[in-house]
Amino acid sequence: MSGIKDKVAIIGMGCTKFGERFDKSAEDLMLDCFLEALEDSGIEKKDIDAAWMGCSVDETSLGKSAIILNSTLRMPYTPVTRTENYCATGTEAFRGACYAVASGAYDVALALGVEKLKDVGFGGLPPGQMGTVRRLLGPNSTAPGEFAQMANTYFAKYGIDPDEGKRILAHISVKSHHNGTLSPKAHLRKEITIEDVLKAPMIASPLGLFDCCGVSDGAACAIITTAEKAKKLRKDPIYVKALQISATSGEDLMYNTWDGAHVESTYRAGIRAYKEAEITDPRKEISMMEVHDCFSITELTAYEDLQTSPRGRAREDIESGFYDLDGQIPCQPDGGLKCFGHPTGASGLRMIYEIYKQLQGKAGERQIKNPKLGITHNMGGIPCYNLAAVTILGTK
Amino acid sequence: MIGIKSFGAYIPRYRMNRKVIAQAIGWFSPVGGKGERAVANFDEDAITMAVAAGMDCLGDLDNSHIDALYLASTTLPYKERQNAGIVSAALALKDDVHTADVTSSVKSGTAALIAAFNAVKAQNAQEAMVAATDMRLGKPASPEESAFGDGAAAFLVSDKDVVASFEGSYSLSYDFVDIRRDEKDRFGKTWEPRWVRDEGYFKMIPEVISGLLKKYNLDIKDFSKVIYPCPNSRDAAAMAKKLGMDPSQITDDLQTVVGNTGSAYALMMFVNALQEAKPGDKILVASFGNGCDALYFQVTDKIKQLKHIKGVKGYLNIRADLTNYIQYLVFRDILPVETGIRGEHVPPTQLSQTWRLRDTIMGLYGCKCQKCGTPQYPVSRVCVNPDCEAVDQMELYRFANRKGTVISYTSDNLAFTPNPPQSYCIIDFEGGGRNQFDFTDCNPSQLSVGMSVTMTFRRKYYDANRSIYFYYWKAVPAVEA
Repeated sequence: MSGIKDKVAIIGMGCTKFGERFDKSAEDLMLDCFLEALEDSGIEKKDIDAAWMGCSVDETSLGKSAIILNSTLRMPYTPVTRTENYCATGTEAFRGACYAVASGAYDVALALGVEKLKDVGFGGLPPGQMGTVRRLLGPNSTAPGEFAQMANTYFAKYGIDPDEGKRILAHISVKSHHNGTLSPKAHLRKEITIEDVLKAPMIASPLGLFDCCGVSDGAACAIITTAEKAKKLRKDPIYVKALQISATSGEDLMYNTWDGAHVESTYRAGIRAYKEAEITDPRKEISMMEVHDCFSITELTAYEDLQTSPRGRAREDIESGFYDLDGQIPCQPDGGLKCFGHPTGASGLRMIYEIYKQLQGKAGERQIKNPKLGITHNMGGIPCYNLAAVTILGTK
Repeated sequence: MIGIKSFGAYIPRYRMNRKVIAQAIGWFSPVGGKGERAVANFDEDAITMAVAAGMDCLGDLDNSHIDALYLASTTLPYKERQNAGIVSAALALKDDVHTADVTSSVKSGTAALIAAFNAVKAQNAQEAMVAATDMRLGKPASPEESAFGDGAAAFLVSDKDVVASFEGSYSLSYDFVDIRRDEKDRFGKTWEPRWVRDEGYFKMIPEVISGLLKKYNLDIKDFSKVIYPCPNSRDAAAMAKKLGMDPSQITDDLQTVVGNTGSAYALMMFVNALQEAKPGDKILVASFGNGCDALYFQVTDKIKQLKHIKGVKGYLNIRADLTNYIQYLVFRDILPVETGIRGEHVPPTQLSQTWRLRDTIMGLYGCKCQKCGTPQYPVSRVCVNPDCEAVDQMELYRFANRKGTVISYTSDNLAFTPNPPQSYCIIDFEGGGRNQFDFTDCNPSQLSVGMSVTMTFRRKYYDANRSIYFYYWKAVPAVEA
C-alpha cells in the first residue's frame, strides 16, 4: 500500500462567497467557483477528463445525480459522479478526483462541492437526513443538540464546571470570529467577545448561538492533476500528502466503550493520515489546520483527536492562544465553519481552498508565515455515529 | 382460586391545580373546584397510559401465560387498528393472545375485568390481562374539564397465586343517556347534573350493590371497603348513607388528586384500596356508566408479597405542577400554535418498514449475541462488538424493563416539540447495550451524566397525512416506588 502522498496536486481552486445567497441559485454558485478555479489553473475546460460532485442535503433539489454538474458547466458527456457522506461530502468529492488521477485513469479531474441550504425556509439543517430507520428509532434531535451532548459529557469527564466549560468554548468562537473579519468571502464577519458568547440565546444546552456555525449557501472546487503535470502547469501547485477517512461501525452508538467525550473516527483518521504523510509529531510539524468546527465543542475535541493537544488538555492551548492566527498552529484562519459558513457539501473543499491559498502565500490579511503543511478535518454525522475525513496538503 | 395475581396503575406526571383552570377561564364560567387533576403529557394517550399501568402490574413477572388482553377505554385513538394490539405489542405479550378493545362506556373497565375472570374461569385463558385507561377531554370552561383526570389501571387475572380472589359480580344495563360522544365529537355532551344524579347513579349504584348482596347473600357491613365512583365527588357521603355504610368503608375517590378517570376510575380506586388492604379484607367495586357493574373480592395473604408495584400511591408522588392552562390547551391540540416550518416537517411513515421493525419499535427488543454475550440495540445481524462480529447468532433481548445510565444528554431549543425544550440522551443499559433516546417527563435543569433512567412507551410523532400515531420508547428519570 503506497498511499496517495505526492502522487497528485491541486492546480486550481475556486470558492464563492458563502452566506445567505438569496440572490444566487445552486447552479450559479457552482459556475462561479468553477470559473475562478479554471482561471487559477490556466487550463481549459476541455482539459478536464472527469468530475466528482458533492452535495448532501435532499432539499438542495439538484437531483440525486451529478448530471447537473455537466449541464450547468456544459461539459458534454464528461464522466461525472455524485458523492454524499453527510457534512464530509466535499472531501469525498476531492478524494474521488484525487484517486482517479492517481490511478492513471485520468490526467485532470475536477472536484466540486455545493449546497444551497438557505432555500429550506428555516434555521439549522433540515431534519431527517440520516435515513428512515433513524427517523423512527433516533431521538427528535438536531445537529446542535447532538454535539451539545458531547460538550456535557466532556465537562463531566474532566470535572469542568459547566459555566467554566462554556467560557473555554467561547474562546474558540471569539478566535474564529476574529479570523472571519479578515476573510472577505466569509459568511459572518463580525468581532465578538466572550461575554457575547455567554449571553447568546441557548440553542441546545450548553451550546448557545455563538457556539454554532453558520448555515450557508456556497460552492467550492478544485482541479487536480498528477504531480508531474502540475509542476509543468504552475510554479506553486499544492501536493496531496494524505487522504484518509474513518467511519464508525456503530460501536460508538451501540457498544459500551466510547466515552462520549471525543470523536473516535477523527482520532483514527488522523493516525492513518499522519502515517500516510509521514508525520511523526503533528504538534510540531503541522503549520495550520482547518477543522470541522460545526460547533465549538467539535473544534475542541478535534484538537485532541488530531493529537495537536494532549487528551483532556485542549483547554490549556485554547486559553494560551496556541490556535490563534498568530499562534503556533493557527486553526480556522479563514473563520472556519463557524464564520466562513457551512454549506454542507462545499465545506470540505472550502477547507482545502484555505489551506491551498495559505500554502501559496495568497491569503491576504490573514496570511500565516511560511506554512509548509496544512491539515483539513471534515466530519460527517454526529458524535455517536459519524465519519471523519482528514486531508494533509503541502508545498513540496 | 380465580382472582387478581397482580395489579398496577399509572398517573401522568403533570397535575393541574383546578385554581389554574379557574384563573384562566373562570371569568367565563364558574369552573375549577378543589385540588388538582392529572394531565397527560403531550406524548401520552389512552394507549401509552395503559402500557405504563401494564408495566407497573407486570414488573418482572412471567408474561408467557397471558392468553388474553382486554383494553378498556372511551378515548382510544383508533377506530380501526386495534388499540389492544398496540398495548399487547408494547407489553411484549405473545403473538397467540386474544385481544379486544372494550369501549364506549365508562363502565368498560369493570366490564373488561368481568370478561377476564370469565375467560380464566372457563379455562379459555390461563391468565388474562386487563388495562383500563382514559383521558377524556372536557370542553374548555365545562365542569368536566375540571372534574376529569387522566390515568390507567391494570390487572393480571389468574387462577393461582392471587392477591385478591374474585368472588362474583352483578351487572345492570340501562340506556341511560347522560354523557355521550358520537363519531364526530371531541368533547362529551351531557344533561342536567341533578337529573343524572337523582335518576341515574343515586338509583343505579344502590340497585347494583343490593343486587350483588342479594345474589351472594351478603350484607354491606361485610365489606372493609366499598368503591363506587360518583361523577360528582360531593355525592359520595350521601351515597354511603343511602347504602347504609359506615364512614370507614368509604374509599378515597381521588377527585382532589387525580380526577375522574372514566373507564379507569373505579379500578384506580380499587388499586388504591388494594395497596392498603390486609389479608381477609372484602372489597366491593362498583362502576357507573349506562348501567352498572359490581364486583366482589377477598384479599389473600399473598398481598404482602407484591412489592414491585408503584400503583396509585407511588404515582401520586411522581408529579410536576402544570401551572399554565394555555400549555394544557396546546398539549391537547385545542389551541393551534405556530410550529414553524421545522415543526411541519413530518416525513411519510413507511408501514411496510415499521411492520418489519415491529419487535424493535413496539417491544423495545434488541438482541444478544450468543457468541460473545453482548446485548445490543436495535436488532442487528452482525455483532457490534469489534472483537466478535459474529453473523446471525443473535437472540431477541428486551430492553423495555431495563434501567439505564445517562452518558450524555442535552436540552434542545431548535428541535420542534409541543413541550420544549426537547431533551434527549445516550444511555447505557444495565447489563449492556447502548443507544440514543428522547427524554420525556423530565426537568431539563436536573439532567446529568450518570443519572438513572427507565423506559416509557409514548407517542413519538403524529403523521396526520397517514393517520399514524407513531409509538416508541423514551427515557424518563428513574424514580423509586
